[in-house]
Amino acid sequence: MSLIGVLAILLILPLFLPEYYIAIGIEIFVMALFALSFNLLFGYTGLLSFGHAAFFGTGAYACALTLKHISSSVFLGLLGGIILSSIVALIIGFFCVRFTRMYFVMLTVAFGELVYNIGHKWVSLTGGDDGLVGIPISPLRFLFLPPFNLVKLSNYYYFTFVCVGVSIFIIWRIVNSHFGYVLRAIHENSERVKFVGLEVRRHQLLSFTISGLFAGLAGALLTVFEGMVSPASLYFTVSAEPILMSILGGTRFFFGPIVGAALFIIIKDAIQTLTEFWMVWMGAILVMIVIFLPGGVVGFLHSRFLISFSKSRIR
Amino acid sequence: MLLFLLASGLTLIFGVLRIINFAHGSLYMLGAYLTYTICRIFPNYWVAFLFAPILVAFSAGLIEFLFLRPLYKREHEYQLLLLYGFLLILDDLVKMAYGAAFKIIPQPPSLQGSIQIMGREFPKYSLFIIILGPIVALGLWYLFDQTQMGKKIRAASFDREAANALGINVPFLYTAVFMFGSWLGGIGGAVAGPLRAASPGMGLEIIIMSFAVVIIGGLGSFWGALLGSILVGEVLAFGILILPKFVIIIPYIVMVLFFLLKPQGLFGKGRV
Repeated sequence: MSLIGVLAILLILPLFLPEYYIAIGIEIFVMALFALSFNLLFGYTGLLSFGHAAFFGTGAYACALTLKHISSSVFLGLLGGIILSSIVALIIGFFCVRFTRMYFVMLTVAFGELVYNIGHKWVSLTGGDDGLVGIPISPLRFLFLPPFNLVKLSNYYYFTFVCVGVSIFIIWRIVNSHFGYVLRAIHENSERVKFVGLEVRRHQLLSFTISGLFAGLAGALLTVFEGMVSPASLYFTVSAEPILMSILGGTRFFFGPIVGAALFIIIKDAIQTLTEFWMVWMGAILVMIVIFLPGGVVGFLHSRFLISFSKSRIR
Repeated sequence: MLLFLLASGLTLIFGVLRIINFAHGSLYMLGAYLTYTICRIFPNYWVAFLFAPILVAFSAGLIEFLFLRPLYKREHEYQLLLLYGFLLILDDLVKMAYGAAFKIIPQPPSLQGSIQIMGREFPKYSLFIIILGPIVALGLWYLFDQTQMGKKIRAASFDREAANALGINVPFLYTAVFMFGSWLGGIGGAVAGPLRAASPGMGLEIIIMSFAVVIIGGLGSFWGALLGSILVGEVLAFGILILPKFVIIIPYIVMVLFFLLKPQGLFGKGRV
């Protein structure tokens, strides 16, 4: 199976790639999770959230604070990140899902801004503009195995690979479950779902919360990677990244956002070696994709070359 | 009042085309930068004040005609994403053309200095902006309530297909409204220039606050936008006295409260 081949390649990459590219690999894993969490809400449930940085950043900060003040165990840090981002997602989602489409989008933008400002201004907790630096990360002690130093880049690559891989697997199970099919139904025709007797709002809220949970995990993983966190993780432009990645890769397929995240980061890196003005190119790519390739790269490959992704197809 | 100029354009575009123009802040910024450039060629501010918004409107018209139109049959979200793409493009283009430094635009000599009103000094330029707001609002009201064109636009916003069936040229109207809304944003930029200097971040800075104003005022209503921007302005001004560090959060909290209690905003119409 080609999937195993891809996984095998990913596993041996750190053995011969220079450090810079291993770091990019880690970044791709983290962003792939972020984009996937976003697409759970957008591609599957049909809700466009332009404020996802709120969950990503909250996860990042919660992880940082946990590692700094409670324990430097990475597991607890990630757990802290997940818990807080889920709670925030639950609260924000509660308000947002009561509104339709355009209003939903606006509200997510506003909440994103709200969370950013809280993070930015609550200097005593978050360190304000400077953020939090020097976060302690103790080596991983898992059962009886020898301590695993996470500061070493290739080690962290494997750690992230496992975390993200497990998350992807969980999300795959969620979207292919009964719950997942209800979400897809809601996307297509929420009126009809109501007539069948299912609670649309509750499903949307649950989807929102799960999406926020994994976004928070992504943020927490990034914090451990960088050893610091700053309000930049909460800013509006960060909210746009999973959206760009999902659109680029394709929102109609499960693996679309993952492919999109990889493409986005690689393209951005390539552009940045040539010019500092990468946004104009990204914007142009987005415009082109929205008009000509609405299914994204994966969608295009599927329809053009009939490469079978049918099992991962959303609708 | 700056907020009002932007919010009115946004609310107009939303009211008729049902899209949230994410690129609005970038068009506002474009207005400011074009004002700067025009002022360098013709040192008269008023020439720039006249022409910069027209150029902005023209650019917006191009965007609408070439890129937005093909997407009307698709889901609204894609139109939004397209406009966000243009936000990225415009923001970077401005940086490429003008550099990242602030560009200072001199105030017109007629508006420099301050006047005494009731014993207090008021900068003339700020008064200009404050008075401009209600004048624009009145102009908008007249346009939409009293003229034929206004009625056609309102018809098209209620029911696009019925208006089309009645012979109203809806696509043309959409382009016209988009251009007009962006023209208002361009005026905002032209006016903001001498006050705040043109900078690459100014679009992003103001656009989200404008969203909040539009929501508070009600999507699709200018009086709402006017009242909303006054409300937000006052809240910010007084908030600084009470909670200086967290003042910027207050408008968003007000917005959330509005969403809970009166989702239509102050004067909005239509379902949420």
